[in-house]
Amino acid sequence: MNSPRALIIRAPGTNCDAEAAYAFEIAGARPSLVHINRIISGEVPLREYSIFMIPGGFSYGDDLGAGKVMANELERRLHDQLAEFVQRGGVVLGVCNGFQVLVRAGLLPVPFGGQRVSLLPNASGRFECRWVHLKSAPGNPCIFTQGIDVLDLAVAHGEGRLHVPEHVVPDVVPVLYYAASDGGDARYPEDPNGSFRHIAGVCDTSGRVLGLMPHPERFVRASHHPRWTAMDDRSGAGDGLAFFTNAVSYVRRV
Amino acid sequence: MAHRIEVAVKEGLVDPREQDVLSGVRDLGITGIERVHVTDVYWLDASLSDDELRAAGRGLLSDPVAQECGYDGQHVRGTEPHLCAVEVAYNRGVSDPLEYTILKGLKDVGVEDVARARSGVRYVLQGACSTGDIETITNRILLNPLVQHVVQPGEDVFPEEPVYEFKLRHVSLLNLSRAEKERIASSFGFSVQELDAITRHFKSLGREPTDVELETLAQTWSEHCVHKTFKAKIDCEGEYIDNLLRSTIMQATRALNKEWCLSVFEDNAGVIDFDGENAVCFKAETHNHPSAVEPYGGAATGLGGVVRDVLGTGLGARPILNTDVFCFAPPDMSYDDLPPGVLHPRRVFKGVRAGVADYGNRLGIPTVNGTLRFDPRYVGNPLVFCGTAGIMPKWAARIGRQQPGDMVVLMGGRTGRDGIHGVTFASEKLDDSSADISRSAVQIGNPIVEKRVIDALMQARDRRLYRRITDCGGGGLSSAVGEMGEKTGVRVYLDRVPLKYAGLSYDEIWISESQERMIVAVPPGNVEDLMEICAAEGVEATVIGEFTESRHLELLYNDVLVGDLEMEFLHNGRPQLELVARRPSCQWSGDDPSPAKSYADALLGVLSSLNVCSKEWVIRQYDHEVQGGSVLKPLVGRDADGPGDAAVVRPLLDSDRGLAVSNGINTRYGDVDAYWMAASAIDEAIRQLVAVGVGLDRVALLDNFCWGQGAEPESLWALVQACKACQDMSLAFGTPFISGKDSLNNFSVFQGKTIAIPHTLLISAIAVVPDVHRVISMDLKTPGNLLYVVGDTYAELAGSEYCAWLQGSGRKVPEVRIDKARATMEALSSAIGDGLVVACHDMSEGGLAVAVSEMAFAGGLGASVNLAAAPLGESISRDDIVLFSESNSRFVAEVPLACATDFERRLQGVPLGHVGTVIEDGEVHIQGLDGSLILSVPIDELKTAWKKPLDW
Repeated sequence: MNSPRALIIRAPGTNCDAEAAYAFEIAGARPSLVHINRIISGEVPLREYSIFMIPGGFSYGDDLGAGKVMANELERRLHDQLAEFVQRGGVVLGVCNGFQVLVRAGLLPVPFGGQRVSLLPNASGRFECRWVHLKSAPGNPCIFTQGIDVLDLAVAHGEGRLHVPEHVVPDVVPVLYYAASDGGDARYPEDPNGSFRHIAGVCDTSGRVLGLMPHPERFVRASHHPRWTAMDDRSGAGDGLAFFTNAVSYVRRV
Repeated sequence: MAHRIEVAVKEGLVDPREQDVLSGVRDLGITGIERVHVTDVYWLDASLSDDELRAAGRGLLSDPVAQECGYDGQHVRGTEPHLCAVEVAYNRGVSDPLEYTILKGLKDVGVEDVARARSGVRYVLQGACSTGDIETITNRILLNPLVQHVVQPGEDVFPEEPVYEFKLRHVSLLNLSRAEKERIASSFGFSVQELDAITRHFKSLGREPTDVELETLAQTWSEHCVHKTFKAKIDCEGEYIDNLLRSTIMQATRALNKEWCLSVFEDNAGVIDFDGENAVCFKAETHNHPSAVEPYGGAATGLGGVVRDVLGTGLGARPILNTDVFCFAPPDMSYDDLPPGVLHPRRVFKGVRAGVADYGNRLGIPTVNGTLRFDPRYVGNPLVFCGTAGIMPKWAARIGRQQPGDMVVLMGGRTGRDGIHGVTFASEKLDDSSADISRSAVQIGNPIVEKRVIDALMQARDRRLYRRITDCGGGGLSSAVGEMGEKTGVRVYLDRVPLKYAGLSYDEIWISESQERMIVAVPPGNVEDLMEICAAEGVEATVIGEFTESRHLELLYNDVLVGDLEMEFLHNGRPQLELVARRPSCQWSGDDPSPAKSYADALLGVLSSLNVCSKEWVIRQYDHEVQGGSVLKPLVGRDADGPGDAAVVRPLLDSDRGLAVSNGINTRYGDVDAYWMAASAIDEAIRQLVAVGVGLDRVALLDNFCWGQGAEPESLWALVQACKACQDMSLAFGTPFISGKDSLNNFSVFQGKTIAIPHTLLISAIAVVPDVHRVISMDLKTPGNLLYVVGDTYAELAGSEYCAWLQGSGRKVPEVRIDKARATMEALSSAIGDGLVVACHDMSEGGLAVAVSEMAFAGGLGASVNLAAAPLGESISRDDIVLFSESNSRFVAEVPLACATDFERRLQGVPLGHVGTVIEDGEVHIQGLDGSLILSVPIDELKTAWKKPLDW
């Protein structure tokens, strides 16, 4: 079977790139870590890839706002390559800082629709590193989360509170919600940041562009889970791997 | 001209910084402030059109959905009536950490030709309070005068930097009066003997030294760089010790002679073999004095420094984990008890936490564990220990060797006045004027610059483009290049060093401690390739000199030789320090206090003591998952909030081999006996490893000594005792020390009164875990499982948290019975490795009672324990001693019934007692030695008590 190529973009301050590459690799893709300047210069053309991922980290230190400077580069220096990529049916994943970049670059909630929503400092006022319980939004079109109903993932961010101005609410397609472990409504810290309607991740209407604050690449082995030492399966895969295998199966099909 | 842009959140949205400021104001006891508006301010040095200004504001500096901008004098907030507005900006000469990004980002949005940029914050206060209160708020919360100031109306934000006019300066050493000699010695931080040696040397050369030569010697010979005390000749009441470090700690490592120790005590970090193909290095550092005066910046640069140590070990290691230990005065200390000129411990705590977290998180290095210690004597002298481990291919494990002709390449940040005289500052005491003299010693870090350097260096290493690497740390270029060139000789052109701003003199360039800089020795043919990698990663790299064959350090500025020192004199010319150690005149004579009236109250009290209580508030603000290798996290259990023992990570994602990391520290025992304090710290670090199932066969240790007044005879005696304990324990456990660090002057004199920190020894341990799937966590797992106490309890209450809670003294501190300790740890770790144990926790502060409680509430289950079944090392008739004694080498283990026989057989010969059972009912029940129920508390109550103190 063919191994689709995944481009994991790096900028100064990107730091979840190696584990993202590992996740794609065990999911059956061929990942490359590529510095943003090499894509801008045309040395590495985006069109040679079918998966584009913006990993977590602190691009440009998150100076001037989380993901802001990298978002501007995407919007102003990679616009044409990205437009062609999305139009052609490529899939885009932004995790944590990558989600912040997608939002600020105007790639989510509506690709190339300008910045419509924002990710603000957590309601707690603090950086939060913890595992959260997530449930899928019923009937969402996201290709990455097909078959996922509920799962646990790690979050680690200071600015993840999704802010949606009233007039853009209809544009937002929720994919994952922070949930209480009993399935009830999430309260802090179950919702670690105080997001609009407890939304943890959103996609575009095609389901091919996903941005989320939790880190699926940090749960690709059972032993990543905080309670694995109390579980029976100790050496299997982690639930987060599905995001990557789903992406790989999707691009193989199309 | 300078444009000014203000950015604030839109009306109706909340900026969490407002709440931060308000709660800080309330902490000060000031009540009249009702609301604070926070606005970011940017100044751009350019002449921009309206369109360009708006492109900068909307397109770069603000979030158009959530924020709004004001331009050139227009305020976005605070237009309504308010009490006052305070605008804070960085001082001149302090590099603005945002400037680089602003200038880069402006180009992205089409705004070219902006020469400089500065950032600041404007606070608009609403409510009522006195002018004095506003001043207090400004100085204690809104700014730190060391790095920031209040912008005055009409202030020029972009003043011209003064032009530096080169003039070579000499310092006259010949024919000095005693007073002049003492003045020169003290201004450079030399002892009079050292200055005499220097004078003799230059006399023999027939010339006077230049200022930069003396500075070089001062940096290279500072306590911080050469550890004079550890290398001194010590008269220890008739016993003569020549080089304490070599004769104790390093002796043990040599004697153990482990083949898996690849590089010990010779490089920036110690290096061990990981899996035959890769090596792991580990180092812990302190950054105490800078953190005392500027907690955020001081602590951040402390972490940045230890990460560079790892990056500069061998031929460069990739950082894979951090571990942080902080010591503060209690955060609830009254302002009335605060010595003048000293920051409040709560502010120090919050600043240090934020500094280390912001830097570590941004570098993408997981902070896998750590701890906090509290003692009033840390007021004014907090301790900030940062440890980092790194991984590299085994071929890169050893220090490289440059060839004459190799280029000296400086990579990373630019050089400014940051941190000038940092090492001499680090080696001296603090006093109420420290905030002034240390002004230039404070450094501002920029983690993304360091991250870029890491990204570039790892590529350059794997292409073997350089022959040697080291970091610029204390002493800046003078230490880094001076040390690197020792065996060859080196010539440096100081005018080629890229500067942050004009106006630096040649000696300032040479000793500046600006952050994020590394030095590599590059064969001339590889320079171009290295430059290409650096350009691609956005790293500045400059050839600043070359290695020679001269065995001289030659410094040039504008083609003039400004310094010329023989390497032999620079590195070996320092007269050995001679010190006297004296046994303390008053010996410890404490008694065990009378038993607590209620053991339940005592347990709840000990659980909510600052040293025992939950550190979750700190832990959650550090990313402990990044890099995707997390196996055992700092917080474990059903609700992921129980205190884990050692942390375990998998540094290579496709391998099941792991690393376990732990810490041992207990300063209270040191007040009684420094030997047993050190032995206990080692026992604690190792038993935390054992508790998760790690054996002793590949455990390496780091020492980190922080003493109050290390050279004082009684204090030095304690230091010698602690070193001997390290030697004895290292040999007995078979666990070598691979690196270490010391900081021996942590005291302050306030109005004639000396406050010295307690003797503090941090032991950090790292171990290789053959298969991460075999480790276990400390939370109770299943009702019906059996509970065992492993290891003997003695009546050792001195220095315990229980004694502290009772405000008693205690008779004896915990000792380590080494033969039994090693047998216990070996048997238990092998039983865990074979899957016979499902949960295990070591007993440390708070003893058995706390260990059982923590296991119970972490697992969300109860426990029923009978003290009469606990193994005792001596006859004990008091329940409270068995409950709260902190004897070493002890564990609580949860064993499934089906494994009990195997477990007991495996632990034959080891003190062992089947003390109870895991129960469904969420309470901890404890029966006393006579069988009666002495304590019964719901786990929720225990957990609440444990979580409350630092739940901020």
